[in-house]
Amino acid sequence: MRLENKVALITGGTSGIGEAVAELFAREGAKVAITGRNESRGHAVTARVLEAGGSAIFLRTDVRKAAECRRAVDETLRSFTRLDILFNNAGVFFPQTALECTEEEWDLQIDINLKGTFLMSKYALTPMIAQGSGVIINNSSGWGLVGGDKAVAYCASKGGVVLLTKAMAIDHGRQGIRANCICPGDVDTPMLPEDARLRGLDWKTYLAGCENRPLGRIGTVDEIAKAVLFLASDDSSFMTGTALVVDGGGTAD
Amino acid sequence: MPLQEKLAGRLSGKVAVITGAASGIGRATALLFSGEGASIVMVDVNADAGKRVEDEITQSGGQAFFEAIDVTSTADCRRLVERAIREFGCIDILFNNAGIIRRATVLDLPEAEWDRVMDVNVKSIYLLSREVIPHMQKAGGGTIINTASGWGLTGGAKAAVYCASKGAVVLLTKAMAIDHGPQNIRVNCICPGDTDTGMLRDEAQQLGEDSSHFLAESAKRPLGRVGTPEEIAQAALYLASDTSSFVTGAALVVDGGGLAGSI
Repeated sequence: MRLENKVALITGGTSGIGEAVAELFAREGAKVAITGRNESRGHAVTARVLEAGGSAIFLRTDVRKAAECRRAVDETLRSFTRLDILFNNAGVFFPQTALECTEEEWDLQIDINLKGTFLMSKYALTPMIAQGSGVIINNSSGWGLVGGDKAVAYCASKGGVVLLTKAMAIDHGRQGIRANCICPGDVDTPMLPEDARLRGLDWKTYLAGCENRPLGRIGTVDEIAKAVLFLASDDSSFMTGTALVVDGGGTAD
Repeated sequence: MPLQEKLAGRLSGKVAVITGAASGIGRATALLFSGEGASIVMVDVNADAGKRVEDEITQSGGQAFFEAIDVTSTADCRRLVERAIREFGCIDILFNNAGIIRRATVLDLPEAEWDRVMDVNVKSIYLLSREVIPHMQKAGGGTIINTASGWGLTGGAKAAVYCASKGAVVLLTKAMAIDHGPQNIRVNCICPGDTDTGMLRDEAQQLGEDSSHFLAESAKRPLGRVGTPEEIAQAALYLASDTSSFVTGAALVVDGGGLAGSI
């Protein structure tokens, strides 16, 4: 097991990539604390981990709020005594141009995707620095590296996540902290059909567009979870400040 | 390693071709991949050191053979791949890792040195991939990993041809990923930062610098140290294994944060 005796805190752990990471990390021996805003989905994930013999807690958290982020870190430490891995994964996406995006929608995407990453890292870094080691993995996007259509706030937030990752890597490398991000391409999560619906596109047409990449398919949440596991484990001990692209070749051209 | 553990390895039943396998990152990767259950075809110009790595693997119960071929020769590449297929039946993983460095500006670099670095660092990838890919296509897939460099993404002083060659490796990687993704062949590269290998000491010598001073300077990065060949080998393992099944066309930076402050 590659994460034995480790404690991981995963935001947005109640569905999609976060849920897959929680279950994979637990199988690899980590104790997992997951956050989210949907209590019943959160408890469903922890129940599955517990059933499989792992340790898990759910912490209802809105990552836009500093006090709630601080509480999530405190509660994780109270339950599991340490914190080794933070996966900042909570994210939202609305397909909009600058003309269509309202100020509230802009704030929501920037605050959850980017400010939430800052707040959670801020509170998680203190115990990590005290123990002399820690790993932060941020969920960015291929659209944190290149632009996309109708995605102004999302691109801005994810581009911000890539550079926040690099800045934190520089500041805290000497304290034994590694900070990296993943940049997934289109992945089989609830976010994808929701995007198709909001864009008013028929699912088949939309999916065909997503599959138009060198590997000819979209990714699975397990494939993204394995990239996160690589960055969370000692296998990546010399990696920090990087953006790991996991997109079936979608940004190769 | 007992057979039982071998069977549970992350590359069990796979066949890997590794160039530049006699020392440094190539050697560490050959040992790691073998430990994970792969059969290893090793290539290097240094026959003595290559034989020693072969012995190390076979004596610990692994399967491997070494050939002292010139990766810039079409005939040598072809002959090697034919032998690999004959002995192991297929090639699942190609790690194009052979590389050399010349620390000089364009003004100080003789044309023959330019050609040599480009041939070893870039053309060899083209030559060997051209021989291996048809076998991967027939088998329904494969994975190719190229060793690029942090200096394939950003420039460095007195390293004109090295930067040119490694920049070429990054984009050759992406171009091959686009061409062969539909055939389920993944192509990625690693961009290591300064790693504790013979090449790093060779650089100090080329620049006329004291090697301990050079190593101390190289350690100036967020993690405060140079990398180990084993750490780069772990990155190659990630890209070689099914763990990275949705990763292609990527440049995996493994540099202790050295590039976090660069474009």
